[in-house]
Amino acid sequence: MNNATAVWRDLIHKPFFWGIIAIVALLVLNVMKDPGYLAISINPNNGNLVGNVIDILRQAAPIMMIAIGMSLVIATAGIDLSVGSMMAVAGAVSMEFLSGPGATGSAGAAFTAVGLSLLVTAALGAVNGVLVAYVGLQPFIATLVLMLAGRGIAKVITGGQNTAASNESYRWIANGYVLGIPVVFILAVAIVIAVAWVVRRSALGLMIEAIGINPKASRMAGIKPKGLLLTAYILSGVLAGVAGVMSVGSVMTVDISRTGYQLELDAILAVVIGGASLMGGKFSLSGAFVGALLIATLDKTVLFLGVSSSATPAFKALVIIVICLLQSDRVRAWFRRRRSAATAPSVDAPKKEVAA
Amino acid sequence: MSSATATPARPAGAALAARVGRSVTSNPSVLPTIASVVIFVGMIVYGEIAYGRIVQASTLSNLLINNAHLIVLAVALTFVIITGGIDLSVGSIIAFSSVAGVMLVNAGWNPFAVAVTMIVIGAVFGLVSGVLIRYFNVQPFIATLAMMFLGRGLASLLSTQPERLPEDSGLRWIGEKIKLIDGPKVNDLTVTPAVIVAVIVVLAAFFVLHRTRTGRTVYAIGGSENSALLMGLPVHRTKVLVYVISGALAGLAAVLYTARLGTAQNITGIGWELDAIAAAVIGGTVLTGAYGYVLGSVVGALVLGLMTVLITRDGGIPPEMTTIITGGILLVFVLLQRAVTRKKE
Repeated sequence: MNNATAVWRDLIHKPFFWGIIAIVALLVLNVMKDPGYLAISINPNNGNLVGNVIDILRQAAPIMMIAIGMSLVIATAGIDLSVGSMMAVAGAVSMEFLSGPGATGSAGAAFTAVGLSLLVTAALGAVNGVLVAYVGLQPFIATLVLMLAGRGIAKVITGGQNTAASNESYRWIANGYVLGIPVVFILAVAIVIAVAWVVRRSALGLMIEAIGINPKASRMAGIKPKGLLLTAYILSGVLAGVAGVMSVGSVMTVDISRTGYQLELDAILAVVIGGASLMGGKFSLSGAFVGALLIATLDKTVLFLGVSSSATPAFKALVIIVICLLQSDRVRAWFRRRRSAATAPSVDAPKKEVAA
Repeated sequence: MSSATATPARPAGAALAARVGRSVTSNPSVLPTIASVVIFVGMIVYGEIAYGRIVQASTLSNLLINNAHLIVLAVALTFVIITGGIDLSVGSIIAFSSVAGVMLVNAGWNPFAVAVTMIVIGAVFGLVSGVLIRYFNVQPFIATLAMMFLGRGLASLLSTQPERLPEDSGLRWIGEKIKLIDGPKVNDLTVTPAVIVAVIVVLAAFFVLHRTRTGRTVYAIGGSENSALLMGLPVHRTKVLVYVISGALAGLAAVLYTARLGTAQNITGIGWELDAIAAAVIGGTVLTGAYGYVLGSVVGALVLGLMTVLITRDGGIPPEMTTIITGGILLVFVLLQRAVTRKKE
């Protein structure tokens, strides 16, 4: 029994615990409105899974991409406001290439389009990285510049049009299924696992966190912050490019003013839900993963409850406020006082929090 | 540092030049502000030579009339940024406050009461941000981001349709043009009550920031919050106050903008927080806090406004370049600030 409580206490301090609780709560809310909400059926024509949950997974994929990139950037005590604009740029590059005269409907063309998009967003990420690491600008303002200019760049690429194109292979990335599961979700999970593996199996994650905690001390410990910062911003740019490909792929049109619009805020929210500190120095990719799922669930729930989709920000705001309050020392101290008043004063509770 | 901009130039330009030169050598952080003034003047001269009809009463008064709300927002952000914070919620506050305001007018409220209510709405938003920041140690960025989401969402809950002010509404008076000088043809020097309000806001903000104890506390917080605390300054109270001021000014900007346009919508003000931040930064306010001038931010707002005018006049520049140019100007100024502050280190 003692063992069970220890496991429980460990779980409660995992960064993604409250995110999962919130997802479950939202799903319960949906089920209360429609008991068949969670049902997943198989489309008899093509054997694909269909259902609300599958839709949520599909919608979460682009948010996961930018949230993972944002996690790494935030871990360095930075922020990348330009991811939404970079999604638009990636979409614009892809659509412009695919609708261009030289492009065919082949898989090769889709491959080239994706490659070009990622190349451009990597370059834009590198611009952010250079401004932050080598010029020494505040990350907030360095990426703000690209956030403003990025949408303009996307508009210039498409000549101000919402370019549409057709390419079945490209479309498959966003709308296809493998073994009945949406390709976007498989792709997103694969990328998350790959990034997590690289970051946690090598010293990269540790070094990124070291920069976030104290850049000066980490430099003296022999870490080269500049290159790592540059890497983090380039990675964030590339992942934003992937997210852009995913989101324009589903409709095969880039809407230069709407694609990726304000998604940087969703990404930041996902990271915060995941328990990462915005002061830098720690990150949790699993937390960001859960956070992205929660945001997609929240979006879907609000729509399902019949509230206008433009009102979703209000609900996101409530989530942010509650999470910030839960994370604040004042509220935690208050909870601790109540708990220790109810039971015997526990010595290891604060220690656990530091570890988490 | 405030004395550089505060006292009017005494006899001639030479004295002013000497004064500017002295303040630059003693405090290089005024350089971006001077640069923005130079750029503003340069833009006017270039515009006059290239397109003509820039230095004339109607163009200049329209510049003020169309940007009165942006000037007020830039002043709001100046306060917040000098403390080392940021307020991302101003655009959404405008959306919520103006939609609510127009609906109240349509419900038959007294226009004056509506205007006050709109400002109070903004102040309440600011108060919530301030309390989150002060009592719960939430980062300003996140707290005001939450308020940004909340304002936009609440505005959308109220209405997603454009809400129109009635033609005879008293609120429209604030946006009505008053001819000061009746020039030839349409070349009149006009102001609106909104412009006058904006000017009063600028003067009041100037007085508070550069002439009062509260203003000095604002600068001190940006310099070093711990030192300010140890000095016994009312840091906590001032920090909350700064966000309340910013929110209330956003509410006021909503009044000015709604009165001029006559409509309000849930998508009003998207991205204006960025314009206001850009205006403050172009005007020489340093984003890490402690440096900045109210009058600089006003110039910054006018630079942005004039840029739109010039781009429209040119016709050859595609409108989609506007954001790229804004981003470019912003980058240049941040780099300039960075160069100046790095020299001091």
